[in-house]
Amino acid sequence: MSSPSEVPVTVIGGYLGSGKTTLVNQLLRHANGLRLAVLVNEFGALPIDADLIESSDENVINIAGGCVCCSYGSDLIAALLDLQQVQPQPDHVLIEASGVALPDAIAQSVTLIIRYTIDGIIVVADSETIRNQGQDRYLADTIKHQLDAADIILLNKVDLPEPASLNETRQWLASEDADGHVIETENAAVPLPMVLGGHLNRIPKEIAYQTKHEIPHTEHNAMVIFIDQPVDPETVAQQLSDPKLDLIRTKGFVCGLDGQIYAVQTVGRRRTISVAPHTPTDTGKIVCIRYRYPIDQQAISEVIANCKKIALP
Amino acid sequence: MTVIYAARRILTMNPANPEATHVAVRGDRILGAGSLEELAGWGEYQLDTRFADKMLMPGLVEGHSHASEGAFWRYVYCGNSDRIDPDGKTWPGLKSLEDVIERLKVEDRVLTDDASPIGGWSLDPIYYGNVRFSRADFDRVSTTRPVGVRHASGHIMNVNTRALKLGGLLRPGINHPGVPLGEDGLPTGELKGPDAMEMVALHVGLDRKGIAADEPGLRQFSRLCVRQGVTTAADLANPLPPEAVEMMLRLTGETDFPVRIVSLRRFQGVTPRELIERSLELREMSTDRLRLGHVKIHADGSIQGFTARLRWPGYYNGAPNGLWYATPEQLQEIFELALEHDLLVHTHTNGDEATELTLDMLQRALFKFPRADHRFTLQHCQLADAAQFRRMKKLGVCVNLFSNHAYYWGDQHYEETVGPERAQGMNACATALREGVPLAIHSDAPVTPLGPFFTAWCAVNRLTPSGRVLGNAERISVEDALRTITLGAAYTLKLDDEIGSIETGKRADFTILEDDPTEIGGVNLKDVRIWGVVQGGRIFSAKAI
Ligand SMILES: [Zn+2]
Repeated sequence: MSSPSEVPVTVIGGYLGSGKTTLVNQLLRHANGLRLAVLVNEFGALPIDADLIESSDENVINIAGGCVCCSYGSDLIAALLDLQQVQPQPDHVLIEASGVALPDAIAQSVTLIIRYTIDGIIVVADSETIRNQGQDRYLADTIKHQLDAADIILLNKVDLPEPASLNETRQWLASEDADGHVIETENAAVPLPMVLGGHLNRIPKEIAYQTKHEIPHTEHNAMVIFIDQPVDPETVAQQLSDPKLDLIRTKGFVCGLDGQIYAVQTVGRRRTISVAPHTPTDTGKIVCIRYRYPIDQQAISEVIANCKKIALP
Repeated sequence: MTVIYAARRILTMNPANPEATHVAVRGDRILGAGSLEELAGWGEYQLDTRFADKMLMPGLVEGHSHASEGAFWRYVYCGNSDRIDPDGKTWPGLKSLEDVIERLKVEDRVLTDDASPIGGWSLDPIYYGNVRFSRADFDRVSTTRPVGVRHASGHIMNVNTRALKLGGLLRPGINHPGVPLGEDGLPTGELKGPDAMEMVALHVGLDRKGIAADEPGLRQFSRLCVRQGVTTAADLANPLPPEAVEMMLRLTGETDFPVRIVSLRRFQGVTPRELIERSLELREMSTDRLRLGHVKIHADGSIQGFTARLRWPGYYNGAPNGLWYATPEQLQEIFELALEHDLLVHTHTNGDEATELTLDMLQRALFKFPRADHRFTLQHCQLADAAQFRRMKKLGVCVNLFSNHAYYWGDQHYEETVGPERAQGMNACATALREGVPLAIHSDAPVTPLGPFFTAWCAVNRLTPSGRVLGNAERISVEDALRTITLGAAYTLKLDDEIGSIETGKRADFTILEDDPTEIGGVNLKDVRIWGVVQGGRIFSAKAI
């Protein structure tokens, strides 16, 4: 069960050179007041863009806006236990996995630590090389495992391959049957709310209610749906994470059939339902986000009508 | 000042002069070995007869251990076989869970307060009918203090209820493959894998800091080395932060520090380039008794933990293939940079797929940076087949095989991990020698006990816990085994020009024995009694250390 005092954690996986570090820097750049703690395997050549760094020492880099970046070497759990002692806690933790790490295993280990809860697993794939890696004699099973574990796959650097080759990569990804929601990016540029859920309530109202919002390089669409009667939260989450709707994220509160208020969140196919620890003011509202294409309001209305019907036969 | 030691017999490992009765030492080096008359020609000498009734061998070289073995003795030894601690006390092997609980209870009575933790190590449930222990078992030791015992393999820990509570794991709803749950929905107290173990390790004192080779740990390790006749020991994977290096330089520099430590910098938390830069700095800091500048990389995990990378058809019990601990690109980059800068790299490859990848990457790196005599060494390399040994030979690669494995996990390998055929070919010492691959064998202490004679015995006999001979064809002779634990290991550390044999010009490192290992026979090789060592001309008896 998660509660608002818990800190959401996003695991960023993907092979060497896929763009994980670029993604981290994009997120730090557009953190928009969120205090992010980034855990990286090692401080490589340039873990954080120089202009974002306020100060640094051997193991910690302080970043503008109250964000920090720490290296964990081979001991992620110890680093998280250390982070657990820090006050105030960050709003969101990003774990950048090493190139051959299995992000789902990392996510499972994070669940052992009280107060940290997995928001989602993002796997970055280099659109130029992912197919070769996925067929490599030594790496194929690791790459497939990583893709399989993803809630969201960032197919990155789509500006680089020839269109025909990119198409083949898309088809290959589809045939690999990875369930993660695929977002195509250049320079790992992706709107922050797509990859860092748990803060949809922080999206400024005017954005949440717009049907289209421009963010540098990419775009996403958001809408709010209203559910004004008790429903089964599991059914709602299940319906909203249906691939047909193509929603990357949804988050909100609903009143359950038992009268309890539940927080409902989906990230790609990942669904999290938990009892709301206090009564939120916005029960019955769910924010939905789709990438690039307009949200199919008609389809969502049907889904909601369905949920209500199931609730009141 | 020349001292000539008289001995019952001296095995020199020098093929041109294989046996002697006397050895002449000047300072920390050997003037020569031969008869007294032959050595008298060096001029004035003092005859020392204290070893006149003893056997001398070149100082033994442990090519793969971890100085943390010294730190583990702060905790309660819970292993199944007898093991000698740094004080020389033999801790009898524990033959049942009841014995384990009893020994932990003794520790409970020694501690005066109610809350101090009790940590144990080297537990091996295989010997107790492979039952799975629960926290209730260890609650019998104490309910007020945290109790945790690491398994011999290092991959599992059993803890009591108090320890689980302190680690924040005594709660329902945990969903983790490393934390099995009981019928009550709470963890059973068995924690598998580094992540699950780390949650509780701190509370029982068995966290990384607790088991690191700190100053007292390194001192204890050096005493163990004397007891086991070891005059040079590789500390095979150390992060070597500056403060640790400073401490190690100081300790090994003490006039009575009895062993040469070769500490390899582990690839961890840095980029390949940083690793090489740091290693080059470390190389410059080397002293006679602290050799620095070599590199250690892990390619995969362990076979008994099912994290080793195996080639087709994989694990005998159908477990999914293991994990890579480095990418091919990282291996290749480290190999290239190391070849360019003439640094030695030892790579941990347990599974045969990890061995294959490492050889592939080295082959590429050598194409770019051809270098003769690089002596890159595969560590463990337990599943290599004959074709891979032939490749190693061609690529100039050495191997350090984990011979002790058969005695601890041989039956498990036969029945569960790799199956009969491959288990019989594991740690193929005979094949390595036949194919001409420079060979060392190791204990990986503290995973198995430090003791080159025991390791040699394992390679000669290949006996498993149940008494099975695991691959008769891969047994080696006593003579080969003795060369392997001296010159063989020295070669993989690029020290064969200095140590590993008793001959003119080499370091005066001897192992002093009560028994003649060539007479005692292969079956009894592990029981050779060790008097102590001479290290760099200094005498250390096991009794007085
Ligand atoms: Zn080791």
